[in-house]
Amino acid sequence: MSGTTAPRPAPSGAIGSDAGPRARRGLASASVHVGVRSLVGVVSLWRRSLQFRVVALTMVLGTLVLAGVGSYLYQRVADGLVEERRIGASAEVIQLAAKAQLQLGGSNDQRDTTDGLVIAAKNTVQSIAGTEGSRYVVLARSDNNTVTDAILPPIVSGDEVGLVSIPAELQQKVAGSPATQQTQIITLRLSNDTDVTPAWVIGQQITVSGAGPYGLYFIYPMTRERDTLSLVGRTFLVGGIVLMFLIVGISYVVTRLVVAPVRRAAEVAERFASGALNDRMTVRGEDDLARLAQAFNGMAASLQQQIAQLENLSRFQQRFVSDVSHELRTPLTTIRMAGDLIHDSRADFDPTVSRSAELLHNELDRFESLLSDLLEISRFDAGAAVLDLEPTDLRRSVARVVDATASLAERKSTRIDIEEPDHPCEAEIDPRRVERIIRNLLVNAIEHGEGRPIEIRVGEDDSAVAVSVRDHGLGLRPGEAAMVFNRFWRADPARARTTGGTGLGLAISLEDARLHDGWLQAWGTPGTGSCFRLTLPKVPREPLERSPLPLNPLVPSSPSSTPPPVAPAGSLTHGGLPVGLPPDPGAQTAGTRGSGGQS
Amino acid sequence: MIVGSVPTDLERPVVKGRVLVVDDDLALAEMLSIVLRQEGLEVTHVADGSSAMGAFRESRPDLVLLDVMLPGLDGMEVCRRIRAESGVPIVMLTARTDTVDVVVGLESGADDYVVKPFKPQELIARVRARLRRGDEPEPEKLDIGDLNIDVAGHSVKRDSRPLSLTPLEFDLLVALARKPWQVFTREVLLEQVWGYRHAGDTRLVNVHVQRLRSKIEHDPEHPEIVVTVRGVGYKAGPA
Repeated sequence: MSGTTAPRPAPSGAIGSDAGPRARRGLASASVHVGVRSLVGVVSLWRRSLQFRVVALTMVLGTLVLAGVGSYLYQRVADGLVEERRIGASAEVIQLAAKAQLQLGGSNDQRDTTDGLVIAAKNTVQSIAGTEGSRYVVLARSDNNTVTDAILPPIVSGDEVGLVSIPAELQQKVAGSPATQQTQIITLRLSNDTDVTPAWVIGQQITVSGAGPYGLYFIYPMTRERDTLSLVGRTFLVGGIVLMFLIVGISYVVTRLVVAPVRRAAEVAERFASGALNDRMTVRGEDDLARLAQAFNGMAASLQQQIAQLENLSRFQQRFVSDVSHELRTPLTTIRMAGDLIHDSRADFDPTVSRSAELLHNELDRFESLLSDLLEISRFDAGAAVLDLEPTDLRRSVARVVDATASLAERKSTRIDIEEPDHPCEAEIDPRRVERIIRNLLVNAIEHGEGRPIEIRVGEDDSAVAVSVRDHGLGLRPGEAAMVFNRFWRADPARARTTGGTGLGLAISLEDARLHDGWLQAWGTPGTGSCFRLTLPKVPREPLERSPLPLNPLVPSSPSSTPPPVAPAGSLTHGGLPVGLPPDPGAQTAGTRGSGGQS
Repeated sequence: MIVGSVPTDLERPVVKGRVLVVDDDLALAEMLSIVLRQEGLEVTHVADGSSAMGAFRESRPDLVLLDVMLPGLDGMEVCRRIRAESGVPIVMLTARTDTVDVVVGLESGADDYVVKPFKPQELIARVRARLRRGDEPEPEKLDIGDLNIDVAGHSVKRDSRPLSLTPLEFDLLVALARKPWQVFTREVLLEQVWGYRHAGDTRLVNVHVQRLRSKIEHDPEHPEIVVTVRGVGYKAGPA
């Protein structure tokens, strides 16, 4: 590390040391990345895999329990070993202390001098010390010794221990109660050992003749016990790890036994949901999992049957609609042609017959559009309507519709203003259906616009295209925006039906918008007119999030602030209320204000 | 709803011709005859699919009005059989507007269709559009790709081998080939080739372009003569 900071040329091996910190930092950040990634991986695995969760939990709990039990047993073994050693040592000390007392207690000529006393004490200490370090003996003057004739220095057997090994506290205790044995545990660092060794120190007081009371201390190192204990510890550890693996393995196998069939069930269910109605689980044995498989298969079979039934019903319904259509249309064609023929030559008849011919002609028109609207609605109801998608520029669709309704607009002397971007607003849509929607909206606007100008706006953003049709007619009363899409709804039942709409136009438009996964929404306030907005996703089936155009024309600058919540086609905004008002998504928005201007 | 155009022009050029009506509904067939005869057309009627072919060969009509739903032989099959031996214009009468039905009808070879209930003027307009072709076109030779078109002679050749196109397919090809590189929208083609004044069914164009390609392209999957311009329409591009 000095290589990175030292200005002088670094010694060999420091080549490239400049790159060191950066490399290390890079390494560190890389390892952080790896760490974060693996953490994210583990978290996601935890969430996704039941098996992983069970195995991980088993491992954690197993480790805790094993560690607890292991330490308890280890502690018990250790306590037992130490206690046993104390009992053995204590019994030994009684004998040896008695022997020492005997040798040093009596009077002897040799021991009249201090030197002689020291030699005698040394001999005694040597004689009661153990071989090969099994015990050490220390003889030291007691604190309460008041004899000053002869003072012996502390006498120690061997070099391993000294007076320092004997805790002062113990010395005091021994001096305090001369008749009893005192024990204490100390730690020793023996010269032939790298580790410290616990040892028992047992002290007893003896009286050395001529020198007064002395403490005789026996040190019993527990080297063997320590070795035994460490062997036991290692054995516990190895055993614990093996046990751990065993438990994890077992939990893995057991959860696998349970999870695998569940996963198979999930796979089969997924395939079933995506249309493979004949997929079944394999039933093996008679256990719970077999029952799961059986129940699943039963459910699948019953679902399949119901789907088949519904399909049959739907086919029957479509067939019926198609047949009715054909059966009704053929005679209607004949009537229609005959009526037209009569109508064309009405000038030759007398006035009543002539007027009758006109009525016949007009009502035939109405009857015809009613029939085709009804058939169209029933096709939607039967789910038989399909989209015929092609990339279409919405501006062109609008232009075509405006073109086709020009004569109606002229009759009502209504001006139509179009506001559109100068680039294509292209989307994958069914142009026939979309033009039908726009035509319905426009015809409605013309019929209810009181001759005032109608504004058509076309807009697009990244994901959607939209067209809104705004009129300045009577508008909608509060709550009516919710009803305009209802079948056969009319704004004012008492109002004379002057226009020839069928009352199904907007209902069909709504269905058309739904088929595109688009929105058809209405806004209006009394007196200021109304606005209808169609929003279609550019890519079919893509859910819409917002519309490129505002629904409420009075708040023009907020196209993005009008996110009709997850509303199906035809969410609605009530007249007069802010645009952002969350429409009732469940509402079957419907109906025209009077008439659907259906073709 | 498909809105057929109704011609508003008053000077209707009288078109003479023979029409074969194949329809099992006798009242409608009679009504059709009345209306068509008013227009100066000769009408033959046959009521079921199985006898349609015999009547067709016998009367050699200039146009066939064909009901889709027929007893005996179904309208699509009759259409296919007529197409197998003749390019005569076929207009289908259909009561079903379902996408599939219309497309299948067109794919079996019909040039155009009208949906019941139709107005008499609408039918007449469609019939006229199909009969009124070739007011003796001026001699004109067109080359597009490796095809040689003789407009007056109504023939298309590749390496001097004639290709068999129906009159409608021929008109479609000529319309495109007269202005190569110009992109035609479906609406423009509907007007120029089918004679629709207002919005018609653009699927007519799609289906007939497919049919035309299957006859003139080396590889109809990768057309080189009639090229699709995505989102706009078609154009004729030299190979």
